[in-house]
Amino acid sequence: MTNLSDRQQLSYIASQAADARLNVELETEGMTLNIGPQHPATHGTLRIICRLDGEQVVWAEPSCGYMHRGYEKLTEVRTFPQVTTLVNRIDWLGSFANEVPFILAAEKLMEIEAPPRAQVIRTILFELSRIANVTLFLGDLGVQMGAITPVFLAFRDREYVLNLIEGATGGRFHPNFDRIGGLKDDLPKGWIDETRQTMVKLRKFCDIIDDLLFGNEIFQSRMRGIGIIPADIAKDYGLTGANLRASGVDYDLRRDQDIALSYDMADWKVWTHPDGDSWARCWVRLQETREACKIVEQLLDQIPAGPIMTKVPRIIKVPAGEAWVSTENPLGEMGYYVVSKGDLGPFRVKIRSASFNNISIVPWALKGVYVPDIITILASLYFILGDIDR
Amino acid sequence: MIQLAIEIPYWAQSVLRVLGGLVAVLLPAGTIVYLFLFKMMSFMQSRLGPMEAGPYGSLQLVAEVGKWMQKEDLAPDAADKSIFKIAPLVVLLSTFLLVVVIPFGPDALFTNFEVGIFYGLAVASVSVLGILIAGWASANKYSLLGGLRAAGQLIAYELPMVLATLGVVIQAGSMNLQQIVVAQNTGEIFGFGGVGNPYILTQFIGFVIFMIAVQAELTQAPFDMPIAESELVSGYMTEYSGFRFLIFFIAEFATAGVFALIASVLFLGGWGIPFDWFGWDTIDSVDNWMNLAGPLIMFTKMLVLTFIIMWVRFSFPRFREDQLQTFAWKVLIPLALANTALTAILKVAF
Amino acid sequence: MAPLSDATDTEEQPLALPGDGLREGIIEDLRRRIGEGVVDTHITANDDLWIRVQTGAWRQTAVALKAAGFTHFSFISGLDWMPSPFGKGEEDPTAEPKEPDTEIRQGVTGGETRFQVFARLVDLDRHVGVTIKADVPDEPFAVDSWSMVFAGANWHERECHEMFGIGFNGHPDLRNMYLPTDFEGYPLRKDFPLLARMIKPWPGIVDVEPMPVQPDVTDDGTAGEGSASDEPGAARGESEADAEPATSKGDE
Repeated sequence: MTNLSDRQQLSYIASQAADARLNVELETEGMTLNIGPQHPATHGTLRIICRLDGEQVVWAEPSCGYMHRGYEKLTEVRTFPQVTTLVNRIDWLGSFANEVPFILAAEKLMEIEAPPRAQVIRTILFELSRIANVTLFLGDLGVQMGAITPVFLAFRDREYVLNLIEGATGGRFHPNFDRIGGLKDDLPKGWIDETRQTMVKLRKFCDIIDDLLFGNEIFQSRMRGIGIIPADIAKDYGLTGANLRASGVDYDLRRDQDIALSYDMADWKVWTHPDGDSWARCWVRLQETREACKIVEQLLDQIPAGPIMTKVPRIIKVPAGEAWVSTENPLGEMGYYVVSKGDLGPFRVKIRSASFNNISIVPWALKGVYVPDIITILASLYFILGDIDR
Repeated sequence: MIQLAIEIPYWAQSVLRVLGGLVAVLLPAGTIVYLFLFKMMSFMQSRLGPMEAGPYGSLQLVAEVGKWMQKEDLAPDAADKSIFKIAPLVVLLSTFLLVVVIPFGPDALFTNFEVGIFYGLAVASVSVLGILIAGWASANKYSLLGGLRAAGQLIAYELPMVLATLGVVIQAGSMNLQQIVVAQNTGEIFGFGGVGNPYILTQFIGFVIFMIAVQAELTQAPFDMPIAESELVSGYMTEYSGFRFLIFFIAEFATAGVFALIASVLFLGGWGIPFDWFGWDTIDSVDNWMNLAGPLIMFTKMLVLTFIIMWVRFSFPRFREDQLQTFAWKVLIPLALANTALTAILKVAF
Repeated sequence: MAPLSDATDTEEQPLALPGDGLREGIIEDLRRRIGEGVVDTHITANDDLWIRVQTGAWRQTAVALKAAGFTHFSFISGLDWMPSPFGKGEEDPTAEPKEPDTEIRQGVTGGETRFQVFARLVDLDRHVGVTIKADVPDEPFAVDSWSMVFAGANWHERECHEMFGIGFNGHPDLRNMYLPTDFEGYPLRKDFPLLARMIKPWPGIVDVEPMPVQPDVTDDGTAGEGSASDEPGAARGESEADAEPATSKGDE
């Protein structure tokens, strides 16, 4: 500044003042608001730093890592069966679903396949964990919007599903049931009938939520047209699951890949929605829950008899190689890239979790929205902290 | 002056009035909290609610009050301490000021204002000040956001409330709340005096607008943006704990009760049952036992209206701030104006 | 309120699973686009496709594949091929430490350096995915960034950088994703020890007094769980005859 002449300095100051005239006259300042890490709206300890201009977001940036447990490093010191216990805890609401891609990757490297009975039961438990996960999402959606009643109904009906999972596996939240080559145990007596009854209850719950929450005009006016993510942006960021399908992309890993799960034994449909807004994402998840009930009911009728586990050695040494398996988890696409050197344990496991990609779009999606819409968009994108932070 | 069998000195009457005022504010608050917030909400959400304290959780209120009272009186470091401390009292003050004009019986009232409802509406906006003060003095961005939202919302929804009561005033021909009660109970609908003339029948639109405006004035869902628990934690109440939060809490439900009382006075016929049933003509011919039955009738009507307020609160998600404002300015106010115009025309015509 | 639009009914279409012919076609297509960049490929039959490219062609590969239809970005991460010098921390502390294996052997599609980056892209229409790998040279320890090709690569590269130390040229904002800003070291490298196993080797030497000797213990010959964890040296030698106790919990 000192090298400029007086006139130049004055004109520079004048131009700066002209640019800032609005701010100077109104004396406005942007406000930086921290949403989280402790906050009722975030599903865990996520911190979103927003710069606000009044009630509008100028930029927003999630700051994750509060729950980083270093899973990829931890898998390197464990044997293959021990990793199952670890991996349960990534997406803790639909925990069985986390074990499956890892087990499938290990089975792929060993070139074995679980017997048909185990595959069908695996699929049933997978879909049950999806139902458990998404029912909580539906209830929580109400709470984010301010409707405090649906969440209690969600928890009540979710208890039935958790009881089923506990009956089969022994653990409500962390079943740790999948084994390389099959499952740990067979189903207990009476489980199939109880599951059938529970599916009826779950369908009723979906109808109630459809009425109470999705049919509510206020809910619709809060969700429609908010947070529109076009399909190509979604693909660029790697969004998966209901987030991708709600932008109109017809891609579901249950149907679109050849995997050792029994989805082809049931007659079900993939739901998409062309809008790509928050409403679409939530609506697609509701339909997927209904679809999951349908899949479970159909598969229950078709469980083949047979062993529950193939012959695997007592000490499992997975042959050297690399394998990638991903499945359509409740949150999106979850995949494991397993590198094995022929040891007892993996050499490197890369965990591709769905929520990491889903949340990476938040800086883009939150530009220019109102503060209440931040909550709406986050709620509709649906993440679990354990999934983001691993 | 109440005609009693025994003479009570003036100071004792004043004490009775003060006690009556406290009861009139706190009893609705307590009942609403227990009955609706604890039990009705729980049953609607398929759970039982508090069951531990006392039989069926009836002493939960005592437990709650005790818990809040024994907490540390915190104020944030950067807060403006004196204003921070008086904010809850301002909100509660407006409730007490409001209950002063409500008649509970032919003689059971605190004062007999000629411009009762005008005063009532004016004083109801004092709570806006309290909320703004709380939001600003908390030195917390969430509270500030909550306070600003509250300011916009509460001021916006004052207008439909005022306009809705205009219709009642036109029909009753007086702003005196006692007169409004009498007018409803002595009135006739096309010559049939059996149910009096509760203004809810003729002022149905006004009633709905009034209840919506009350819902917004109380910052209850679907208008609870200022609190917005999932975004602002507690909005303007975030930094309050202990005794001060208890005051806010009581004030919230006491105001709900008092507004319900006013609504029942304006629209449901207040403390009265149709005078036709007992052959009364004017306020002076009403029997004395009405002074005891009046408060009970008022209480019942208040419970009915509060039930509706709470029911809506537990069912609906919340509006976004701009949707809220649009609703007030572009929907409710034109509707209320139309209602007023219609009432005026019909009053002149009939 | 009329619904804006509802789900379109997806017709029942036969599932178009990619065959190996499609995968070979993808390799050919990529060779045409980036020529010498393709170093090595690997197809597991009816399953998956790996392509290793030259480090200099890393970003070009992304552009080429995106143009070829691989528009869905899955992830980017790193691989450290050096075997861990620390082992698992499960060895008997009283026994001789084993010679750690120091040979760096890369996996599928080979490689020349200790570190590699790898990424996965998916073509949603043809239902096929491809894993791309590239060597990361020691000097400069960086590859080109994909963040201008795929927006989602931004976060993945940040994570890869903080975990391995690999630089990404052209990345707008390479800060730490999970770790605090002043964290030193790169955790996912094999020479970064897992502190938990350093402090307390698995299965954890229990630092309590051993159980008092029971006068009549009905011993049916199998290794009791209680005794095994108290005295690691002696009890372990005794129970080695059985299955390894450390893994027996995990096996069944």
